[in-house]
Amino acid sequence: MSIDYSEKIPNNVDLAGDRKLQRALESWQPNFLNWWKTMGPAVPTEDVYLRTAVDVGKEGWAQFGHVAMEEYRWGVFLAERGDDRRIAFGEQKGEAAWQQVPGEYRADLQRLIVIQGDTEPASVEQQRRLGETAPSLYDLRNLFQVNVEEGRHLWAMVYLLHAFFGRNGREEAEALLHRNSGDLDSPRILGAFNEETPDWLSFFMFTYFTDRDGKYQLGTLKESAFDPLSRTCEFMLKEEAHHMFVGTTGIDRVVTRTCELMREHDTDEIAPHGGVPLDVIQKYVNFHYSVSLDLFGSEQSTNAANYFTAGLKGRWQEERRKDDHVLTEDSAKIDLVRDGVVTQDEVPALLALNSDLRNEYVKDCQSGLKRWNRILEKAGFDQRLYLPHVGFNRHVGLFSDHYVTPAGDLVGKDTWEAKEDCWLPSEGDKVHVQSLMRPVYEPGKIASWIAPPTNGINGKPFEYEYVHLA
Amino acid sequence: MTEETGTIDAAGTTAPSGSAEHTEETPAVSFDADPATYRHWTLDTSGSAETGVAYLRLDIDETGGIVPGYELKMNSYDLGVDIELYDATQRLRFEHPEVRTVVVTSAKDKNFCAGANIRMLAQSSHPWKVNFCKFTNETRNGIEDATANSGQTYLAAVNGTAAGGGYELALACEQILLIDDNSSAVSLPEVPLLGVLPGTGGLTRVIDKRKVRKDRADVFATTSEGMRGKRAVEWKLVDEVVPKRAWDETVAERAATAAAGSSRPADASGVALTPLQREETADGITYEHVKATFDRDRGLVEITVLGPDGGVPESCARVHELGADFWPLAMTRELDDLILRLRANELELGTWLIRTQGDVEDALAFERVIEQHSKDDWLVNEIRHYFKRVLKRLDVTSRSLIALIEPGSCFAGALLELAFACDRQYMLDGTLDEDDSEQGDEAQIMLSASNFGTFPMSNGISRLGSRFYGDDDHVAKLRQETDRRIEAREALELGLVTDAPDDIDWEDEIRIMLEERASLSPDALTGMEANHRFVGPETMESRIFSRLTAWQNWIFVRPNASGPEGALRKYGTGRKAEFDRRRV
Repeated sequence: MSIDYSEKIPNNVDLAGDRKLQRALESWQPNFLNWWKTMGPAVPTEDVYLRTAVDVGKEGWAQFGHVAMEEYRWGVFLAERGDDRRIAFGEQKGEAAWQQVPGEYRADLQRLIVIQGDTEPASVEQQRRLGETAPSLYDLRNLFQVNVEEGRHLWAMVYLLHAFFGRNGREEAEALLHRNSGDLDSPRILGAFNEETPDWLSFFMFTYFTDRDGKYQLGTLKESAFDPLSRTCEFMLKEEAHHMFVGTTGIDRVVTRTCELMREHDTDEIAPHGGVPLDVIQKYVNFHYSVSLDLFGSEQSTNAANYFTAGLKGRWQEERRKDDHVLTEDSAKIDLVRDGVVTQDEVPALLALNSDLRNEYVKDCQSGLKRWNRILEKAGFDQRLYLPHVGFNRHVGLFSDHYVTPAGDLVGKDTWEAKEDCWLPSEGDKVHVQSLMRPVYEPGKIASWIAPPTNGINGKPFEYEYVHLA
Repeated sequence: MTEETGTIDAAGTTAPSGSAEHTEETPAVSFDADPATYRHWTLDTSGSAETGVAYLRLDIDETGGIVPGYELKMNSYDLGVDIELYDATQRLRFEHPEVRTVVVTSAKDKNFCAGANIRMLAQSSHPWKVNFCKFTNETRNGIEDATANSGQTYLAAVNGTAAGGGYELALACEQILLIDDNSSAVSLPEVPLLGVLPGTGGLTRVIDKRKVRKDRADVFATTSEGMRGKRAVEWKLVDEVVPKRAWDETVAERAATAAAGSSRPADASGVALTPLQREETADGITYEHVKATFDRDRGLVEITVLGPDGGVPESCARVHELGADFWPLAMTRELDDLILRLRANELELGTWLIRTQGDVEDALAFERVIEQHSKDDWLVNEIRHYFKRVLKRLDVTSRSLIALIEPGSCFAGALLELAFACDRQYMLDGTLDEDDSEQGDEAQIMLSASNFGTFPMSNGISRLGSRFYGDDDHVAKLRQETDRRIEAREALELGLVTDAPDDIDWEDEIRIMLEERASLSPDALTGMEANHRFVGPETMESRIFSRLTAWQNWIFVRPNASGPEGALRKYGTGRKAEFDRRRV
């Protein structure tokens, strides 16, 4: 049996010439497809206008066309780079990057890849039923695009496990399909990925805040001394950017629509008029932002320090940093609660790497807030959206034992809980948002609670029939 | 192990300083020896054809230390002395079937043996001390093995003071005769004088073998001058004290009595242990049947044992004719030499990868010869016990041992014991088809009767018995699986190998496993491996390694022994050791 591997599984890792990898992927692929059918998008479709990566170059990474989703060609791509890459940080700074997994770091690297890999299919599972309430075909298509690309990111991690981690790696690749989001017996590894994405507002928030955490995690792995991981993540970052675009513009459009309704009805209370009130948007921001901060782990972490020193995981834009990239002598400030006040503490820089990454993330998140506030400003409203304090609603890290308000004040448990419904989506808010979720499958039409996009996909108009439902 | 206090020449000398450890300048150790060129022993077999008695006389050349820096006074020994002793014990077994009793005695007046040289110990690095003690322990175990299994009884004729390692050497013998001259004593003065243990089996043999009561053993081991005369007999420290005038005669008599009960054959001729042919380079050692390739970057050595290449002897007579060229003996000698050299000279090659290469059927055919004749032929019996001892050497080797079972290997029966001696066994499932599947048959192993007790470990049970300790049913089941080829997947199911990766995984699995291993603490690995290898019951032998040696090695690194103010360093300087008094 001869299979045209480059046709079936687009790749730039010489799959056709790598019998070992072929055999590993061949036994994995049917299980993946099976997983996709049972855990992937629930809405039956004939085909979807999707972007497929068939190469890493400008021409190849974004080829558009209607594709039956189960025939989507999930590929394996590593960013192209010279062979002379050097390790940019840690104890082995300046040495040649690794083309193979050093046995000494097998366990750690495998763990990092498995954790990253576990999040990719998890979000597909979380978003499985969203298609049933899509506000437009355009949005439905974007959801599916995100889904297939999360699937491809799973492939990317599986490729690494198959190609470099032997039998152990294969077993871990298999397990990535057996853990399922929200499954009581066999849940996804990270807590945030076991929550269902119940509605489209959550989906936009998720793609804005939680996928952005993914971007930063990938950014640190892109610096890895393990070159195949580094190159894989670099290419994934390209696709990740699109997911965040879906989130950013999605929230843009919700805010825009909210402004329209507020003006039209001359009230902030636009719920009865089929919109999402601004304060509910803020609560969703509060929730998704704080949950995503938890994904960075504890502010002070010896694991992160070990990974850095070993060269497994760098900092965001490591090579642009102006320090010695070893950090054994440096210190850094971390946020924490001491003696009943929110303050900062100076700790060895190596121990504060999670905090460092989180700070980069927070800065990046701010830009979205600016965008949405500009919409409010243009529409002539004084209200503004904001990011809550980093200590707010945290369940991981140095703030997890404390009750911090969105403004950053330390309060008692009772006070905090009494105000919880003002800060986080209440049952009523959720019920309301849920009530707005009615599918709109007619080309060119859109749901009441969201504005249409300013542009379509790949130069196509909004009215284009992006999805043919089955 | 000590030199007698009063006579040591301490005038004008100073204790070696802490920086004097000679790790750097330690020369590579060779374990070659030949009775014709012994510096420290004479092996007298002149009367043995008639009497069955050989005399092994210790006559240490003071200036003949294996490394510079000390004089071997008072018949005190170092590694070089023990290398000759080991050689002598081997030659007695193989070259001298007529010898039924070996009398170990001294050629020096008033000194039987003062034990290990203190200056040598004080100046030695920790690894050197540990290696030295391990080797001397193995030689003494070998002496007991000769008494138990070769019909070659060792008798210590202690014709002068036997202190420390000197008495420990006597303890390894079946009988101890002590000259009754009102001055010669046996003693274990390590604790009171040196702050270390009589670590070459002394403490263990006094209670386990000589059955000395523990309170008396306590008194004895803390009495630096030791014991002599009637009390030594009463306390069972020696078997007999003999007046000086009746000495030679009594020794000869006791030796003759011991010889009379021996199973050694009449009219047999020995087999010459010809010098080993060995090619050494910076990257390895190659023998005829064993080769070792060093990979210093990865900190490992790849050892390949080549199986026999046809030529199975059709008769026992042919085995004798072949002598040292008979494959099982030749291979065992080479492996023995290799283990000793790697242990002493290649400390940083922390992982040994063990492979075999050859024909399974041929390997088994040789083994059948051994199996058939080990009860009725003295030489075949010797070979069997020799291979047993070499396997035991492997068991107590402080290196990670990994068996790689690949196509073309011949891990069958006795050779399979090599794999079972390893910490892990990896067997390739299928073939590596880089050569388009033309490489040949898949890897196979074969169990034989030899795997069920022919080569017991120091804990007294077989390696399979140890592997499946507490699961006799499984061992019984495995007995049904002998003499047939077992391929990887089945071997894995039967628990005979750790893992059986296929061709897809083999290279990565092995590489990653080895790199992972190399990144771990060598000390923790040594401790872990030693704990895992010896399961179940203790024997005197296993206690010597697992308890006495482990404690000794701990004491060796403690400042109370080896610190600048420690007892080992202060000995012979006229100054007292300063102890950290806290009990740990």
